[in-house]
Amino acid sequence: MPEPDEIAAHLSSSEQRDEILELGMWTFLSTEVLLFGGLILTYMVYRHADPQSFAEAGRQTRIVIGTINTAVLLTSSFCVAAAIQAGESGAAKAVRGLLAAAIVLGLIFLGLKGVEYLGEYRDHLVPGIDFEQSGSHAQGIRLFFMFYFVATGLHAVHLLCGVIVLAIFLRCAFQVARNARYLAGLRTAGLYWHFVDVVWIFLYALIYLPGRSG
Amino acid sequence: MSNNYLTDGYTLRSWFFTIDHKRIAILYFASLIFLFLIGGAAATMIRIELVTPQADLVSSDTYNRLFTMHGIIMVWFFLIPSIPNTLGNFIVPLMIGARDLAFPRLNLASWYLFMLGAAITLYAIFMGGIDTGWTLYTPFSTLYSNSYVAVAAAGIFVAGFSSILTGLNFIVTIHKLRAPGLTWYKLPLFIWSLYATSIILVLATPVLAITLVLLAAERIFGVGVFDPRIGGDPLLFQHLFWFYSHPAVYIMILPGMGVVNELITCYSRKKIFGYKFVAWASLAIAAAGFLVWGHHMFVSGQSLIASLVFSFMSFVVAVPSAIKVFNWTATLHKGTLRFDAPMLYALGFIGLFTMGGLTGLFLACLAFDVYATDTYFVVAHFHYIMVGGMVTAYFGGLHYWWPKITGRMYSDYWARAAAILIFLGFNLTFFPQFILGVEGMPRRYHVYPPEFQVWNALSSGGATILAAAYLLPVFYLGYSLFFGARAPANPWGATGLEWQTSSPPPKLNFDKQPVVTSPPYDYEHAPEPQNA
Amino acid sequence: MISWRPSNGLIACWAALMALLALTVTLAYQPLGTFNFVVALCIALIKTTLVMTVFMELGERPGLVRVFAAAGFFWLMILLWLGLMDFVTRA
Repeated sequence: MPEPDEIAAHLSSSEQRDEILELGMWTFLSTEVLLFGGLILTYMVYRHADPQSFAEAGRQTRIVIGTINTAVLLTSSFCVAAAIQAGESGAAKAVRGLLAAAIVLGLIFLGLKGVEYLGEYRDHLVPGIDFEQSGSHAQGIRLFFMFYFVATGLHAVHLLCGVIVLAIFLRCAFQVARNARYLAGLRTAGLYWHFVDVVWIFLYALIYLPGRSG
Repeated sequence: MSNNYLTDGYTLRSWFFTIDHKRIAILYFASLIFLFLIGGAAATMIRIELVTPQADLVSSDTYNRLFTMHGIIMVWFFLIPSIPNTLGNFIVPLMIGARDLAFPRLNLASWYLFMLGAAITLYAIFMGGIDTGWTLYTPFSTLYSNSYVAVAAAGIFVAGFSSILTGLNFIVTIHKLRAPGLTWYKLPLFIWSLYATSIILVLATPVLAITLVLLAAERIFGVGVFDPRIGGDPLLFQHLFWFYSHPAVYIMILPGMGVVNELITCYSRKKIFGYKFVAWASLAIAAAGFLVWGHHMFVSGQSLIASLVFSFMSFVVAVPSAIKVFNWTATLHKGTLRFDAPMLYALGFIGLFTMGGLTGLFLACLAFDVYATDTYFVVAHFHYIMVGGMVTAYFGGLHYWWPKITGRMYSDYWARAAAILIFLGFNLTFFPQFILGVEGMPRRYHVYPPEFQVWNALSSGGATILAAAYLLPVFYLGYSLFFGARAPANPWGATGLEWQTSSPPPKLNFDKQPVVTSPPYDYEHAPEPQNA
Repeated sequence: MISWRPSNGLIACWAALMALLALTVTLAYQPLGTFNFVVALCIALIKTTLVMTVFMELGERPGLVRVFAAAGFFWLMILLWLGLMDFVTRA
């Protein structure tokens, strides 16, 4: 038997609660667009200043890992969206399975990212830490990789927070059939997760694809 | 006294773990007084040093740290949070007939983040401060400065999240928690102004956040994106910084304009002239304010085309502000004017903001700015808006809503005396600075040619009066807390839902959910003021 | 009890995203000159639109939500456009 949907004292209905969660999360996502936006401007400025160096730097990124990671994240987004659909049908087991899959995929992404970072360190591509590139493109490559580490690092932090949030919802997944509040929260968390995916879609295009046709 | 939000629990826990927007507003209010005094102390030392042309009070390095401290604290830790987090937090839910903001716990988190940011920044300041100016320009701040730049950047970064959460809370609240019948065009203009402010808070502050991250990265790792030695462009920092910091000045002034709407209508006992124009002008200021930031960079090496575009847009953004000034003036016309303290503040705002705004247009002209940039003309311009405008409006709003917030009436005689003294002290402090600027005195210098001394001495004299005038309210408002007459629900005979509930309000704001049927500023049907 | 499975729309969206990923990688290796960048960004935009419309359900939400979603991107365009203007128009 479904539990009564508890609403906070200052709200008047569960519809109101669902609406403020949705609007609140979209407002927050707009702030994230601008946060990463500053980095995008940085990228555009220096790419415009020295496109050859950016092409050269792009060639030094690991496109295989990058592409696999993109596929991993897109699939995890599918899992989260599917989990919400399952939640609407009250299929708690499916919710648990899909959330677990999304979490695992997120962790795979972070693991591969770590492998990638290690490789870049070995290739002397980390500015400030044993960076060693020679030739006329060295400066531009250094700028590219400054952007690369800050942007992907920031993205990874956001992804990790997303993983933690999904884990919390996984833990409480038994509530889904009984509690409308759970589903509202899961939807909100899902929006965040998809957004982290969107950021990566753009970062992938900016980081891994330049210079490939050179 | 009946049960209200102040009597609902006396423990420290009930205050520091509150989710009541009214108590959080008071937490902010107390913190901001403390921070204003610190920023003011820096200003005091600056003005004392500037009485004489020589460097006699402090060294150059210390002077740099003083004006940086003054700027950082006053901008991020006083002006930006002032009206939104004190008056906004307290009044917005009441004004729209809600029981709290949309996300009460986020509201408390905002305050804790703010305090954490302040603590980190104060740590940087008291460990020796930073000497870059509040504008933190690279490459000096990242590569050469011998001061606590990264720590201060961290403090500002944390405080920025407080801003973002506040803006988010207000936006969602205003959209979704309005009382039945309260359509957008029935909202008091204070709400429209805070909505516009919140748009800027939410969309501009994240760019500051990422800029500070990049700044700190370059500072800590010695390599980054602003260093010209490795092909970086210091102007990139300036673009990113001012993309936030210009809209930030609208964060600072829009709430003040919002307050002035309430004061002018109440003390003219008349509805606002051109309600829709004023409402949409607030949004126009917020939007257009994002398109002008390059006017801080006219002489930095920015391209001429960019400078021309930004100059033109800076003229455009003045138009909605001017519309507001005209509409306030038209509201006064044939109103039944009463010159209580809040009204004096409102009138002072209109005059001083107009002067500040017009001198901003002078600076928007490329040809003039080439000479006036980085002189005291700019300093005078922004102090006219920030202090003459914003702080004045803050005091006005504080006096207006004081009975509602505290349940006490204060001495109108002393309040009016303070308002007049503030106005006089302010003008004596900052008008000479326009002259200094035109005559060529650069800003951020503590040593100057002797021919500038007269104006500097006048300015410092004015600052003494201003400081005393700012301290006056501490006494009569403080006195009112213990000995003031108990305030009725609506002492000023004002319209607006906040006046329909008791002073101070009960914990959940209204005993019964109000329903709105009348238009805003319906002064023809408003009750008479009770302190005539 | 019918066991639940994800809707066709969701699965189709995922398949489209995978296809677009393959497309963008393939096109990156084609010599298109300056168009490589434009193409990569366009495909990224299409993927984003798919994620936002289908996964984030913007296709079914009321107009206000869509305005909120669009606002961030609109403001990003202001930052990029006016920000780049200086660098692109320097002598």
